[in-house]
Formats: sequence, structure tokens, C-alpha cells
Amino acid sequence: MPWRRVRLVERRSQTPSARSLVFAAPGWPGHLPGQHVDVRLTADDGYRAVRSYSLAAPADGESIELGVQTVPGGEVSPYLADDLPLGADVEVRGPLGNWFVWRTEQPAPVLLVAGGSGVVPLAAMIRAHHRTQSRSTFQLLYSVRTPDDVWYRDHLADGDPRHDVRILYTRQGPPAGTRAPGRVGRSDLDGPASRLQPASPVYVCGPTGFVEAVGDLLTDMGRDPATIRTERFG
Amino acid sequence: MNSLSPGFRGRRRSLAERLPPGQYPTESFPVLSAGPTPRVSTEDWTFTVTTERGDTRTWTWEQMTALPQQGIVQDIHCVTRWSKFDTRWRGVPLDAFLEDVATEAGFAVVSSYGGYTSNMPLEDLLDGRAWIVHTYEGYPLSPEHGGPARLLVPHLYLWKSAKWVRGLRLVIEDEPGFWESIGYHDYGDPWREQRTWGD
Repeated sequence: MPWRRVRLVERRSQTPSARSLVFAAPGWPGHLPGQHVDVRLTADDGYRAVRSYSLAAPADGESIELGVQTVPGGEVSPYLADDLPLGADVEVRGPLGNWFVWRTEQPAPVLLVAGGSGVVPLAAMIRAHHRTQSRSTFQLLYSVRTPDDVWYRDHLADGDPRHDVRILYTRQGPPAGTRAPGRVGRSDLDGPASRLQPASPVYVCGPTGFVEAVGDLLTDMGRDPATIRTERFG
Repeated sequence: MNSLSPGFRGRRRSLAERLPPGQYPTESFPVLSAGPTPRVSTEDWTFTVTTERGDTRTWTWEQMTALPQQGIVQDIHCVTRWSKFDTRWRGVPLDAFLEDVATEAGFAVVSSYGGYTSNMPLEDLLDGRAWIVHTYEGYPLSPEHGGPARLLVPHLYLWKSAKWVRGLRLVIEDEPGFWESIGYHDYGDPWREQRTWGD
């Protein structure tokens, strides 16, 4: 699989430490929602560093969008988030990952469970579903620390009657919130899970501890582990 | 000005000879699994070798831990680009499970609790190059890292080192496992950067 040179054409802040980066990617072959790419940076002396980033949007011709969360002290993410100039190039290899993907022909209702920046590949799925005529429903449970940490507010409030987005705050909720801040628990998952079919896929993405906890809750609730697809980071 | 990632400097280039191409070193131990973590107790755990003729031999946890144990210090390399140096394990070399097995097979398919599989040439599991490990850095291997026991084949990308290992099937013809059937390289040598199909 070749490395392909892509040009940064747009940078948007999602949170104080998170960015959407849009690249012009000539010859991009397309991808499935949920897939990721490897991004390669090259220093003047030839040193190279590679990291994986999820694709945040469904296939859109020769344009790709990545979600980058700055890791303090990180070798690559602070550079991508704030230093890579508009109009400059990086190299990408992909699309990668054929397991943590949603295919538009899948008919069953879907549950997405995101922790923090784990929302990125799930946003690609929900945006892909928004473009389809599918009658299936998408539910997103999205765990963030505070209201300032919510990515993709515009896409999540897409007005699609097939979409049900619930944001759960772990540290501090909005003033009018009715749920006490706290980690995702069984009571948060019971309702969404009850609206699924036995074969419905559940996609869980987030930090390792979050994915472990949600995976355990879902299997304890009786969901078939084979229907739960996970992606962990950190 | 060079327009390819201008201004990027990166970290210092030590340890270069231990790092396969395209990898970066990490101190942490990331977890990458396709699904939820299966909970397997040591009372229920067994490991079964099945030959190409269907003959089987099974070890319980007690039997496995009664076999001669080895301390293992190895670098590990994940296809998602991180490498971790000098990881310390304890376990049993695969040779101990295969020495009395009569087989003409050239390949093996390792299987896990939870349904995961991975394939590799049988010779890559022999001669002290692969182990069933149950202890990591002096502690029982945690479930998210494959506990109670996982395969460790450190000279291949880490997806070959199946977590929650439960069996090994010896086959005449190579059969792609879970990742190998959906895009990952059949062999997965980190030093030749065999990440995906066609590499």
C-alpha cells in the first residue's frame, strides 16, 4: 500500500485541544466509515514518525478529514494540531482497518458508544448513515468530561429523526443537566440496549479503561460479545 | 522551503537499531482487541493441540504451569506502530506442547477464547521462538492483555500473539486467521514491514 502525499486545506478547532484537519488527497481510493490512516511526518534530516488517526468523515472524493486530539508532550499530535501550516503536506497510508467499520447495507439498528476522542470514527459512521435512505436507527452515547469537551456539535445535532445522541458528562455537566456527572453505568446503557435487535452491532471506541468498562457492562447485560466491536487507545 | 511536514523535528534518534522500520518506542502498553475482553478463569482454562488428522492433546492450567517454565525478555512490535523494549514474561515454550506430536503440517492456526484466530508457519512456533505466557512483569497477565494466558511470538507483529489462547490447530494448507483474512499480512515480519496485504 503506497504512501500518498496529502495537503492540509482546512483546520477547525473542535475543543481547546482537539482539531479537525481536512486534507486534499489526490487519487484517494475511498474508505469505509470507521477506518483510519497512518500519518507520516518527515524532519529535515530524514527522521520520520508515524501515528494512526481515525477518519472523521465518510468518503468524499479526494478529501479526507482526520480528528486529532493533542497529547501533551506527544511527538506528533501537537505538531499536527497546531504547527503544520495550511498548504503544507504530510504523507498518509490507508485506508486501514476492515473490522471497526459500518457498512451502509447493514440493516439493523446500531449503538455507538464513544469516550472522549473515541468519537472520531463513530462520527464518520453517523455522518455516513445520515446520507443514506436506510430506515435503521443510530444511537450514540458519548461520554465526555465537561461540555467544553464535545466534538462535532454540528454533526451530532443533525436533526435526523433516525438519530438519538446522548451526551454523558463524567466531571461536570451543563447547568440544566438532569443526570449527575459520572462514568457510564448500566442505567445509561439499559435504555439504548433495549432498542437494539439481538444481532445489532455495537461499536465502542475510547480510552482502554472506558472500552473495557463498557464492554463488560454490555456482556453482563447479555449482549452477544460477537456483536460488540471495539477500538481502544491510550 | 520543503513543503513536506515543514518544521517537524521529532524526538532524538536513539535505539534505532532495535526499532523495526516505521515503529516508535513506547513505555506504555496499549491494548488493541477487536471486541470485549473475555473473562476466563484458570479453573476453566485449557489448551488443546489438534493435528491435521484430528488427534488432540489437552493441558489444564495445572498441567501447563507444571511444565518447565522460562523467563523471557523480548522486544514486542505492534502493527499499529508502537514497539516496547525488554518486556518481561514467564511461560512455557511451544516446543513443550509440540515435542510429542506427530505431524506433517507446515502451518498452525492459533485460536482464542472469544473466537479470535491467527495463522503462522509451524516452524515460527518452534525452537524457543514462541511461548504460552501467563506472567507479565512479575504479575499474573491481566485480562485486557490476554490473561490468564496468551501466545507470545515476539519476532512477528503482535497480532499473531493471540490473547486468551485456547488452542493450536496444525494444518497442511495455510489458512488465514481473523486479521489475515481482512487485510493484514499473512506472515507479519516487523523487520520487513509486512503490515498489510501486498507489503
